Amino acid sequence: MNNTLFRVCPDTGLKFHRPAETLMKANAVAAVVFLLVGGFYALLVGLTRWQAVHLLAADQFYMVLTLHGLNVLIFWILFFEIALLYFCSSTLLGCRLAAPRFAWVGFALMLIGAVMNNVIVLQGNSSVMMTSYAPMGAHPVFYLSLILFAVGALIGCFVFFGTLVIAKDEKTYEGSVSLVTFGAITAAIIAVFTIISGAIILIPTLLWSLDLIAHIDALMYRLIWWGFGHSSQQINVSAHIAIWYAIAAIMFGAKPLSEKVSRMAFLMYILFLQLASVHHLLVDPGLSSEFKMFNTSYAMYLAVMASMVHGLTVPGSIEAAQRAKGLNNGLFEWLRKAPWGNPTFSGMFISLVGFGFLGGISGVVMGTEQINILLHNTLYVPGHFHATVVIGTTLAFMALTYWLVPILFRRELVMKKLASWQPYLFGGGMAGVALFLMGAGTVGVPRRHWDISFSDAAGAVYEFPGAANTMLALNGVFVILAVAGGAAFCVIVVASLLFGKKLGEDEKSPVPLIAEPPADADYEGIGSGTITVPGTLVFALVFFASFAIYYFVNWKYLGETWGIS
Amino acid sequence: MSEQQPDENGKEPLMQRVLDNPFILLFVGVAFPSVLYLVWGIMEIVSVPLGQ
Repeated sequence: MNNTLFRVCPDTGLKFHRPAETLMKANAVAAVVFLLVGGFYALLVGLTRWQAVHLLAADQFYMVLTLHGLNVLIFWILFFEIALLYFCSSTLLGCRLAAPRFAWVGFALMLIGAVMNNVIVLQGNSSVMMTSYAPMGAHPVFYLSLILFAVGALIGCFVFFGTLVIAKDEKTYEGSVSLVTFGAITAAIIAVFTIISGAIILIPTLLWSLDLIAHIDALMYRLIWWGFGHSSQQINVSAHIAIWYAIAAIMFGAKPLSEKVSRMAFLMYILFLQLASVHHLLVDPGLSSEFKMFNTSYAMYLAVMASMVHGLTVPGSIEAAQRAKGLNNGLFEWLRKAPWGNPTFSGMFISLVGFGFLGGISGVVMGTEQINILLHNTLYVPGHFHATVVIGTTLAFMALTYWLVPILFRRELVMKKLASWQPYLFGGGMAGVALFLMGAGTVGVPRRHWDISFSDAAGAVYEFPGAANTMLALNGVFVILAVAGGAAFCVIVVASLLFGKKLGEDEKSPVPLIAEPPADADYEGIGSGTITVPGTLVFALVFFASFAIYYFVNWKYLGETWGIS
Repeated sequence: MSEQQPDENGKEPLMQRVLDNPFILLFVGVAFPSVLYLVWGIMEIVSVPLGQ
């Protein structure tokens, strides 16, 4: 090994290619900065939709909503994902990163794009929200900034694929890549489709904003934009599930219940997950029911099944490892005695439960064409994606970051007590946000309107039920909690990087950072009778019961919409 | 995937070879949604008759 180019982590044995390590750090730091910026705007959005507070004027609200969406849904998450792709390729496969200079060009384009986007939106003439539906136009720089960012992210994906080739050529691993790297491959593939869709629609829209094209068809824009906008969130799903598997292995030495099944579930993501984009178009004219129902009610369910496989196998693998270590009593001893004070575990587990119970179930309900009519373009939609992207993805990324601070940055974590509470504060706050947004959406509160009393619309007389105002107020309270949790994360990470005790390259962390896997023989006889993971099985049954009840409750709501005389 | 063993000719099972090749997966992962979502959707929109 060339010691100038590589270092071996004394805690984990992972081999870091130094140029890759620097790139991971740069991308991770940029990610946290944009999370901080986007989180601040989240507070302003939540306090405006709280009718009794109603903080911002309409023009400021739409500007801030645009900034919030882009900073947290795109910039924070994609910077982190590029760092993750480099970690899952170069570090987990123990090889050099392909073309680090090219990777720096990608990083620079992403950074320039993200900064340009913030600047142009703050000037107030591009308050078109993240969806930027044509014919509502923004400044040309708005589209250009997104294109630059996307090109930078695409370069990051190519560097990732190039690194896989290097690892194979240089035989730095035997057999197949690890399941975590396989999950990252899935994420990168979905990213390529996402960015191609973005290019197909954003380049003509840029030309249209420059008056070089006369017309952008609104429906065509929506169709292709959602290939970009929704699929960009499917990159997250693959990435955070790869992180769940990684944390299960890190914290418990767990191995997947069946690698074959888990890999097939990731393959189903590659094939079907992006098709869920159609649920945004379920009430659009001009698209047939065959197109809508095939992509949502058939293909999307295969992706949902893949999520349920992951949702079963990740806690199942943890349960099996815990039982193999002797925590084999009753249904839940393995879970009771899990390290709930460690933010890496608690963050990951809250992410898993929130993603499945809140995000997963609500996603299937919205993806059903008939029920969708009740919820389309209401606050239910942001409720759903705050459960998937914020509890699911962001919390998983936070959980991994706590582990990466000493491993990657060679600093001890500071404010450990606060860190042990942070996932509960953030996850609990965001669960409240998701639930109350979905509740408000269920009583019909529109997704994007600044003021549900329609005080600036002459002649508007519609009055929402009182429950709508209560839901929006409770949403505001939970936004404050979630923002406090997000701010705590940023403070802990920044303080650790600046003031945490430095760990020498060969100095071990005072606390163990990776668990010993149980021996194969320890797995024999675990569980109850023939059931190896009875606790996880009970969780799965509770999940299916919740799923079925909630699904049919929504059909009942639909049945009450039009009375039969 | 350590669970699958090579056959008597020393070849890995077909599915394992597919899953081990990121570029086949990349092709499938771009082609599938491109056809089922983008191409199908665009064809439906362009076949909507123009208003008179």
